[in-house]
Amino acid sequence: MIAQIWRWLAKRRLTIIFLLLGTVILLFIFVPLAKTLFSSSPSLLWGTLLEGEVIRSIWLTLYTALLATALGLLLGVPLAYFLARHSFRGKRFVEALIDVPIVVPHTAAGIALLFVFGQNFVIGRAFHSIGIDFVLSVPGIVIAMLFVSVPFLIDSAKQGFEKVDERLEKVARTLGASHWQTFFRVSLPLAKGSIFGGSVMMWARGISEFGAVLVLCSYPTIAPILVYTRLEEYGLNYALPVASILIIICLVVFVGLRSFAYRKEKA
Amino acid sequence: MIEIKNLMVNLGSFLLQDINLIVEKGEYFIILGPTGAGKTILLESIAGLYPIRSGEIWLDGREVTGLEPEKRGIGFVYQDYVLFPHLSVKDNLIFGLKQKGRPKRELQRVTEWLADLLEVSHLLERRPDTLSGGEKQKVALARALSVGPNVLLLDEPLSALDPQTRESVQQELRRVHQRLQLTIIHVTHDFEEAIALGDRIAVLNEGRIVQVGTPEEIFRQPNSEFVARFSMTRNIFAGDVRQEAGGSILFAVDNAEFEVVTDLRGKLHASVRPEDILVSNDPLISSARNSMKGTITSIADHGSTIHLTVSTPMDFVCMVTRHSFDEMNLTKGGEIYITFKASSVHVF
Repeated sequence: MIAQIWRWLAKRRLTIIFLLLGTVILLFIFVPLAKTLFSSSPSLLWGTLLEGEVIRSIWLTLYTALLATALGLLLGVPLAYFLARHSFRGKRFVEALIDVPIVVPHTAAGIALLFVFGQNFVIGRAFHSIGIDFVLSVPGIVIAMLFVSVPFLIDSAKQGFEKVDERLEKVARTLGASHWQTFFRVSLPLAKGSIFGGSVMMWARGISEFGAVLVLCSYPTIAPILVYTRLEEYGLNYALPVASILIIICLVVFVGLRSFAYRKEKA
Repeated sequence: MIEIKNLMVNLGSFLLQDINLIVEKGEYFIILGPTGAGKTILLESIAGLYPIRSGEIWLDGREVTGLEPEKRGIGFVYQDYVLFPHLSVKDNLIFGLKQKGRPKRELQRVTEWLADLLEVSHLLERRPDTLSGGEKQKVALARALSVGPNVLLLDEPLSALDPQTRESVQQELRRVHQRLQLTIIHVTHDFEEAIALGDRIAVLNEGRIVQVGTPEEIFRQPNSEFVARFSMTRNIFAGDVRQEAGGSILFAVDNAEFEVVTDLRGKLHASVRPEDILVSNDPLISSARNSMKGTITSIADHGSTIHLTVSTPMDFVCMVTRHSFDEMNLTKGGEIYITFKASSVHVF
């Protein structure tokens, strides 16, 4: 009997070991999130949510991340399409450049942005002259989020466009569609799943940004910064409920959009 | 009419060059070439979908070389259909007209006309990925016709289909061509397809047009190895298919005839593979319907096999093994009998 069980296990050694290792990393992700969520009582969470400062910071975070994503769509999708359809000398360099914001420390990214969009540089001054300032202001939060999260959208959109058979576009042209009509009636609809998925990732990444925003714009306060300042100034007990609310919102948004995208894909 | 003058296209690893062709209005023109000869790129260049290096393309007396593809009035059908996967069959059909902003009434009228022409009415609400290969190709053809093109370019339109479907779509192409008096350029690597459909054939090999002529000219006097190798390994005849009073179906060539199995009638072609022909010293009593006496006019040694040309007086190339050849004492000028089944004749 024992020998039989042993043989049964021996045959599945690889599967069992991989499953054990996988369980470790799953628990590593799941336990801290769950612990945070269940450490505060629902009434405390509700009370925290009603605080003006908390609700303002959460709202600010959500809509600045959304603005950054909208900007990313406007500027990033055309680039993604161009990269998917053309090959040229230096293309690999351009593609690597797009991914740089993912790998540089985000505080350093914040400083780089401060340097260019601050009023000591021509770009910052140009924007100042039309009334847009990036330091300690909402536009500052948006560009910090845009900088660190747009690679997710561009990469995903590019992959989406690459999957669209170029000959579909060619056929559309022979049927009398212009370049623009072909893009909006054929390429874009067929890549929209990837673009939507990339937008969700970009938005989520924007919501969770801390370092770059802190350098450029510690006030008005976005939620991740609020968590940090509460931890620093008042301690864990005050930071915890805000952190819990932030996690819940991100989970709800992420799961909701994911299943929406999934349903659309199946339809 | 479509006229191609000194066209040169860079294909990366080699060039398409010195391409000069005139395709008459209403002509069914075939470009025949081996896989990798640049046939697809040649078609895309004509449609303006692939940048050319030099040369001119004229359509009905108007130069279209620099024109955008959407302004050329050239329809295109790819080998693997390339239907818009996010649109229903109906929306695929009216895609072009919609982009041109035509009124709803016209969209409806054209959809009905096309669905009728190609017998796809029952598929209109379906998605492309639910269609069979033959259905997809009919829809692709209908879609290309929807905008009333002057010229239709077909890129290996039958190659992705199974043999039975291929036959029926081939009939469809012939019918549509005759009914709409279309100018068609059809590229293929399939010799029999070329002979069956083409008014004229251009042979493309290693980036150049090596021969242009009627199907008969091409397979009687091939000047490229690609075609020669093919016509040598087939016995191809041009003739008439008709049904006898007794029910047997005969293929008549000049003054001789043999029995075949087919549903087709009229002026057609037939081929018999050399390995499907039995050679015997005495008349053979068997179920095979075709048996005739002939004279060996030439013997070609291919190593382990020998190709005999037997004149009955129709010339048949027959293949025998070296072993049989030695045992049967076959000599040039000798008289023998050849036998083949009616069902081993391919009529196209």
